[in-house]
Amino acid sequence: MIRTILIVLLFVAVAGTGYWGYSEHQEKNAVLLQAENNYQRAFHDLNFHMDSLHDKIGETIAMNTRNQLSPALAQVWRLTSEAHNDVGQLPLTLLPFNKTEEFLTKMGEFSYRAAVRDLDKNPLSDKEYNTLKELYANSTEIQNELRKTESLAQKNNLRWMDVEMALATNKQPEDNTIIDGFKTVDKSVEGYSDVDFGTEVSNMEKMKDRDLSQLKGKKITKEEAKKIAVDFFQLKKNVKITVESTGKDAKYDAYSLTLYNPDTKGTTYMDLTKKGGYPLYVLYDRNVGKPKISLNEAMLQAEDFLKKHMESQMEMVTSDQYDNIGVFTYARLDDGVRIYPETVSVKVALDNGDIMGYEGTDFLLAHVDDRTPTFKISEQEARKNLNPKFQVKETSKALIRNDINEEVYCYEFLGILGDDTFRVFINAENGNEEEVRKLKEAEPSYNDI
Amino acid sequence: MKRNSAYIKGAFFAIALCFGLLAGFGQNNAQAFSNQVVQVGATGEDVVELQSRLQYLGFYTGNIDGVFGWRTYWALRNFQYEFGLPIDGLAGGTTKNKLAKASKYDKAWVNKQIDKGKKFSYYGGEKKSAKSGSAKGGTAKSGTPKAGTAKGTKGTGQAKAKPAQVKPAKNTPDGYSQNDVNLMANAVYGESRGEPYIGQVAVAAVIINRVNSASFPNTVSGVIFEPGAFTAVADGQIYLTPNAQAKKAVMDALNGWDPTGEAEYYFNPDTATSGWIWTRPQIKKIGKHIFCN
Repeated sequence: MIRTILIVLLFVAVAGTGYWGYSEHQEKNAVLLQAENNYQRAFHDLNFHMDSLHDKIGETIAMNTRNQLSPALAQVWRLTSEAHNDVGQLPLTLLPFNKTEEFLTKMGEFSYRAAVRDLDKNPLSDKEYNTLKELYANSTEIQNELRKTESLAQKNNLRWMDVEMALATNKQPEDNTIIDGFKTVDKSVEGYSDVDFGTEVSNMEKMKDRDLSQLKGKKITKEEAKKIAVDFFQLKKNVKITVESTGKDAKYDAYSLTLYNPDTKGTTYMDLTKKGGYPLYVLYDRNVGKPKISLNEAMLQAEDFLKKHMESQMEMVTSDQYDNIGVFTYARLDDGVRIYPETVSVKVALDNGDIMGYEGTDFLLAHVDDRTPTFKISEQEARKNLNPKFQVKETSKALIRNDINEEVYCYEFLGILGDDTFRVFINAENGNEEEVRKLKEAEPSYNDI
Repeated sequence: MKRNSAYIKGAFFAIALCFGLLAGFGQNNAQAFSNQVVQVGATGEDVVELQSRLQYLGFYTGNIDGVFGWRTYWALRNFQYEFGLPIDGLAGGTTKNKLAKASKYDKAWVNKQIDKGKKFSYYGGEKKSAKSGSAKGGTAKSGTPKAGTAKGTKGTGQAKAKPAQVKPAKNTPDGYSQNDVNLMANAVYGESRGEPYIGQVAVAAVIINRVNSASFPNTVSGVIFEPGAFTAVADGQIYLTPNAQAKKAVMDALNGWDPTGEAEYYFNPDTATSGWIWTRPQIKKIGKHIFCN
């Protein structure tokens, strides 16, 4: 009797476990399939978009009239953005595919610039037609390679989940057809790396190539770096300092210092340029208590700090309180002109006014000692180019980097339209509206309501 | 945004005097402002009071959110213009004195509304019925100077028509929302819980560098959820609740601090499985991570 009951119970248990295991397995497969489907969609979308992109570029070469060309170039711009988006959804981070992505971005930038330009007045130059032709040739290669990969993947029923696994575990990813295909695409793009996209796009590149070689001063040693840090913070002897040099491939050659102060139990991190020993950034890590001083007092602290450590005259452009921290940005003031590219940020603790951080990388990269301001038109003339509904409240002179990263002198108008506040920059040479910046109001805390 | 320390010191003294006076008369049961100078970007109780008082007088029509934003700034400047004060957009001693005299402020009541997250229409207009008479007086009084400011504040005229709301708000770094900050804090916490503070700022900085880079997606979420980009996303650690330090690190990175020297990649040399990552040009090591271009 007992034996029968046991057997029945055992049978029920086995059957139950089996059913449970089966349903778990089904669920797991469903989830995997879902992920696979997402990858497949992104992959086929990418192929579709590259196809249309290729065709569109081809069409722009054949076109002549402006009312055809501008929309076609805008289409190219849109398609590059779509393709870029598709790439972002595929597990390609660990693959060398960034050249292709960069290429797509530049192609987009190039076509955008050409599309928004008045092509009646300023038609595409021969050079730009050549660029388009090269882009066409390149996109042919990308398209062919991707199509080949796609068809092989379909024929052999290849799965992106396997690609992901192969990349994550690094188990012979070489013999994976998909991975091979994408690697070939990136290789082929590399061959086109010297395509001339014109000054407007290459200005973006120039920003990336900036370095600190223009800084004045000698190369400093590790010991000198320590001394500079001690002077900078007026530290006592008991502070523990470690210095490390950046790797040989660093864009900005610097010493990274870590200072531990046993008195305050705070750690300060700072980077000093090897050339000249200028601080790139400083961050002080300690617990900050409840705010006791106002943002205004904190600003005075920040200004004292800047006076002590910087020769240039600086003017505050933003001030923000984040609970118990105040963050201020300052732009250099050069003969009454705000030099916006040359900014530093200072972070102040609102419990006792300590300087919690300083960021000067942008300032060091953009700093030029003697600039020659060119203000050809008067402020009154510049005003005429403003939106008539815009109420000007304050006016000043400024140097900004416009959307193609050129430094231009501008008249800066701070004012309101409706309930919003804007900064509008009017080019001081030709009166063009260079930039309109909406100043952000605080964001309501949605989860506190 | 000029400053004048002598003026400020004087202002503190004046405000201290004002405190004494108010206490003496016992007339205005809510005490006026603390002795701090309030400037653009500030947050806290003083700002709530400033906004309430400016709204009472009809200068400020926005939400009472406790953040000294641009709307508050222009409202304050209009007030200073109307009352013949130096127009500097700073709520210092004299300005606050004048404000306190010209308006009424019921701190307890306003705070209660904020705690409740309740909408309340035009402060001063819909106060407790007992006080509604005096409140109306206040708005009426402000009506006269308002006519003069018509040029300055277009919105002022609609003050009574549009109900203002009490909504606590927060400053966020330009171009990013609080939700972006939270998402990044999640990623930073999942990726670098055990790292020193600077290592967490560095991870957050890499996310921002990628958003700005041509070879990565252009949004915070696009970068974070790019398949295979972050292990914490792949294994679900991103959904852990981040601590305050991770948020602090994200805020620093968003405000421009980049300890990595513009790195776009990083990896842990002990656990890295991809051979390719080792071929990237290395910049420096922070904590356990190697940062590369």
